[in-house]
Amino acid sequence: MNFIYKTVFLLLLVTSGVSAVAEPSPNLGNTPMESDEVFKDFGGKPGLVAIMDDFMVNLVADPRTKPYFDNEKQTYIKAMLVEQMCELMNGGCTYPGRDMKSSHTGLKINRAAFNALVEDFQLAMDKHDVPFRSQNKLLAKLAPMYRMIEEK
Amino acid sequence: MQCSKKICLSFLVSSALASTAVMADMSASNKLLLTGGVSQVEGAAGGGLTPWAVIGGYGTNDEIGANVHYTYAKTGDYKLDSYGVTFGFYDRFELSIAEQKFDIGNLRNKVAAGLGADVIGRDTLDQTIIGAKLRVFGEAVLDADTWMPQVSIGAQYKRNHDEKFIKSAVIGAKSAEGVDFYVAATKLFLDQSFLLNSTLRLTKANQFGLLGFGGAKDDNYTPQLELSGAYLINKKLAIGAEYRMKPNNLRSPANAALFGGQNVVNLKEEDAFDIFVAYAPTKNVALTLAYVNLGNIATVAPVGANYGTQEGVYLSAQFGF
Ligand code: HEM
Repeated sequence: MNFIYKTVFLLLLVTSGVSAVAEPSPNLGNTPMESDEVFKDFGGKPGLVAIMDDFMVNLVADPRTKPYFDNEKQTYIKAMLVEQMCELMNGGCTYPGRDMKSSHTGLKINRAAFNALVEDFQLAMDKHDVPFRSQNKLLAKLAPMYRMIEEK
Repeated sequence: MQCSKKICLSFLVSSALASTAVMADMSASNKLLLTGGVSQVEGAAGGGLTPWAVIGGYGTNDEIGANVHYTYAKTGDYKLDSYGVTFGFYDRFELSIAEQKFDIGNLRNKVAAGLGADVIGRDTLDQTIIGAKLRVFGEAVLDADTWMPQVSIGAQYKRNHDEKFIKSAVIGAKSAEGVDFYVAATKLFLDQSFLLNSTLRLTKANQFGLLGFGGAKDDNYTPQLELSGAYLINKKLAIGAEYRMKPNNLRSPANAALFGGQNVVNLKEEDAFDIFVAYAPTKNVALTLAYVNLGNIATVAPVGANYGTQEGVYLSAQFGF
């Protein structure tokens, strides 16, 4: 009996330990940050939404990225980006979208387009006064996704 | 921000680099700002003193990029002018050519006055450097989730144009030409906004080759380590430091022949280091300002050329296409 109680107790401990650290969304593309410090520098969810609005404006204005984003999917992509960035920055969101590989296959994205998008994102973050160090902390989460997004 | 064709062209015309106007066609500026390094003193993309594993120019993996650079360094008793062009092909291969002019006029005059004979007989020592670099693996910037650096191998063929003097009894270099071989590893720790590079070079070059290759003390290839660290303050601004070990091959034959073995012509070579600020106002322009310390170069104390450590300022401007 004693043994069973002990086992149940231990199991409870283990599972509660696991559920305290929520599993990241399977399609997130990278592991989330350990704290929400960077998320705060982005102005939380409202700040992030405002940055993504400007980001999309930049993407459509940039001839290198316009062909990809100048269409009716804008609103959906923006909403997905907000959830993805929010979860990556440990902002308490759950990214519900597709994985990075399947959502970008067939788009023929090369390094020039990838870097162009990063630049347009930097401009949007600059505009909202996100500290450069925090920008780079998020970019460090996004940059490795080139392996899933680029097609050569 | 990015180099629109119009801005590129007007820049080309206004800087009167008419012969390079053809390059506007292959104009590519799709790498991220400052991630391509600047042109180091021998023409390769890197820091100021050391080549890095990055490929020069802002071209990405299906583009060609190029830049020209001019560098001026002034230490206590010497000056160095250097200019050249660097081509990057598909972010894979780099070709560079640089011309260096090392001003030793000061030393020449002191020696001539002291000995009553113009032993040095020239105001500058010149060399041409042709460099090639191949990226072997890794992505210095984008592979932010691993420790794996970008690794490149490279070679620099150097031809000194003052063969007679550098092989004379004053300097005693063994050769006027040489090839340096190096392997470089560069890693941007993006989440720390910090870049590290280390380069291992096999070389016989004396003072980068300006005093020839090999000498009475040593005429073998030796491995030399070169380290750079840079902190990115923002997109356009980086500060950093570099350390470059150099061989110490020379022992002036004149010391034994004329001065009874006394170290009168002191050619002891020492390591170099610098502390730099690099600023890229746009993708087409990078400016580097540094404090540089080259150690001892050539000292002839009895004639008043008691020089010692050469430290001073290093300025470099790079224009990309
Ligand atoms: C790290 C960089 C990137 C991230 C994090 C990212 C993220 C996303 C996300 C979350 C979606 C929505 C996925 C879904 O359908 O549920 C998406 C879709 C899309 N992305 Fe990206 N993306 C990146 C780079 C790029 C680049 C470089 C381009 C093109 C220049 C691009 C073009 C698109 C397009 C066109 C779609 C819509 C695809 C479709 O549904 O037809 N993305 N991206």
